[in-house]
Amino acid sequence: MTEMTTIPSGDNQLLEETKSDRKITWLERILGPDNYRIVTGLFKTPASIIGFVLILIFILVAIFAPVIAPPVGSDPMKIPRDGFSGEPKGPGAEWKRNVPEIPFWYTPLTGNEEWVHLLGTAQGQYDIFYGIIWGTRTAFQTGIIVVVATVLIGVILGSIAAYYGGWVDNLIMRITDIFMTLPYIMMALIFSSVLTPILGRSLWPPLIAMITFGWMGYARIIRSDILSIKERDFVLAARASGVKNGRILFKHILPNAIFPTLVLASLGIGDVVLGFAALSFLGIGTEIGYADWGQVLSFARNWITVLNRYWFIVVYPGLTLTFFVMGWNLVGDAMRDVLDPRMRGKS
Amino acid sequence: MTNYIIRRLLLVPVLLIGVTLIIFGMLQLLGPVERSALYVTDFPKNEKQIEGIIKKYGLDEPFFNQYWRWLTGVEDPVTGERDGGILYGDFGYSRTASQEVIGIIQNRFPNTVDLALWTVFPMLSVGIWMGVKAAVNQNKFFDQAARIYSIIGTSFPTFVFGLLLLMLLYANNQWFLPGKMSDWVSQLVYSGEFKQYTKLLSIDALLNLRFDVFWDAMRHMIMPIITLSYISWATFVRVTRSSMLETLRMDYVTTARAKGLKENDVINKHARPNAMLPVVTMMGGSIVGLLGGVVITETVFNYPGIGKAAAEAASQLDVVTILGLAIFTGFILIISNLIVDILYAFIDPRVRLS
Repeated sequence: MTEMTTIPSGDNQLLEETKSDRKITWLERILGPDNYRIVTGLFKTPASIIGFVLILIFILVAIFAPVIAPPVGSDPMKIPRDGFSGEPKGPGAEWKRNVPEIPFWYTPLTGNEEWVHLLGTAQGQYDIFYGIIWGTRTAFQTGIIVVVATVLIGVILGSIAAYYGGWVDNLIMRITDIFMTLPYIMMALIFSSVLTPILGRSLWPPLIAMITFGWMGYARIIRSDILSIKERDFVLAARASGVKNGRILFKHILPNAIFPTLVLASLGIGDVVLGFAALSFLGIGTEIGYADWGQVLSFARNWITVLNRYWFIVVYPGLTLTFFVMGWNLVGDAMRDVLDPRMRGKS
Repeated sequence: MTNYIIRRLLLVPVLLIGVTLIIFGMLQLLGPVERSALYVTDFPKNEKQIEGIIKKYGLDEPFFNQYWRWLTGVEDPVTGERDGGILYGDFGYSRTASQEVIGIIQNRFPNTVDLALWTVFPMLSVGIWMGVKAAVNQNKFFDQAARIYSIIGTSFPTFVFGLLLLMLLYANNQWFLPGKMSDWVSQLVYSGEFKQYTKLLSIDALLNLRFDVFWDAMRHMIMPIITLSYISWATFVRVTRSSMLETLRMDYVTTARAKGLKENDVINKHARPNAMLPVVTMMGGSIVGLLGGVVITETVFNYPGIGKAAAEAASQLDVVTILGLAIFTGFILIISNLIVDILYAFIDPRVRLS
């Protein structure tokens, strides 16, 4: 059991590294040895590199959406419709009404002069290709908003609970427990259906609902991180020199505790997007025709008896969503291995 | 032990109050007129009547008065009849389903239980089996395959998977069907010939010795069962594998090997039972989750359980119904969590000592 006795803490790892006379890069100097180890660990396994590549592709698609699929009409987030017929059209069907301008890559790549429905249309002639490309923006938007908001709430509540302890801690953690008892998807569903009549159909009802029922995990993580850092010498030193509580918490403890939470949280974007897509699949959220993957998938619900004929409504947006989530999961997996000291060096 | 159980029981009222407060808080975002559906079955048309209802049920009073009234209901001073009161099982009236919410629960909950019952075994056994096998064959083919499966499984959205299943197994050749039962079964079930002992269709079919009905029930449940299982397998593989790997490195496992025990015995008798504790913790959660209604899976397969009822009500913005279902689900989850926690204490002595 020798390996159990030398669990490397940040300090003696630093010691080992100075001993080995290794060059310290600028990145390491900025992040500090612990955080540097996390960042480099993320780029080590092939799985996580595939993950990063997937995420990068989606980022590029989101940025270059207007180039890939030139917007039609004033609101690019509205999927362009080719007429109003209920019957979905297969991939390659000719685009008759509302034809968008042809992007530069189209003719060289396909040898075609006319713009077609590359991935087919859903009922109501919504173009699936546009839904997927512009839906990437919706995915990042929802993911980032929810993650930032839940982390903020979680960090504030978790750090207050950990730092003050006693009844404050007890109260906050019991509230966290109560929120955790409730089933996430059902509560998000309920809250967004309460909010929809008040706020109207938009991204906000599901977003607010997901924020309200999504912060608990972060509160717990940051609390336990702070509890361990609270006992370090530099905190004692700050306290001894008369620094105020709030300042100790936000200037001394949090910056040292927050990095793992932030990285974990940024990888939570995949789960958030999955949850959001599930809600819009169930018919909650944006108005019909908004570029959003869950929305496009929900069109398939009316065609389950003939899905073999209309497979393209499920397969293309479904795979897009899966690859998006998989990208974040692959990186997240590498992250877990880096953060969990018991797993280090083994796999 | 008793101490632990008492402490755990004391937590129940706290959770109940918390959960009801959260749900009631959401309800307060609505106007008094919409909330009157908690107590009356139809919306009155003229304003005087609406005002009368708001007065009678105190829909404009302070938060905690209303909360209390919501819990216990309102007694009519003349007739002594009680309206509302979720503690008495009155969850309000569903506008979209035109029936009491409690009626929806009575119809739908047995279906959710039926599905959960048949999902538990495949969901748990296969995931654990894969996890143990992956750990024993660490870094070999099976392990790598299990890892890849686990990553794909956790990334595949249930509704996409469900739709693909429908495409392959239903739209193509009708091997398996969405919904709950075929037409001829529903005629039979409501004819009176078929005795409903438990209200769980598959069990009743077995008790009535109607194997054709049982097979029909299964044909409708197999796709949801697969969908619910594959995603749990993905997480169970991961947890079982890492817990098993850790156990295999323990001294007592080395001792067992050094004694010359067969490798099978070392794994099955010494390592696996000890590696199961974190897995058992997860099991409880997944079973409880199944009972709470599986909104997405039930909706995709059109399976008439609690989860689908909630999704239907939500998409029609029928708030009273969906809150009623939420309260009911909350109760179920609190009670089943309590049972699971007490069972842990029996299995793992560390729980009751902490």
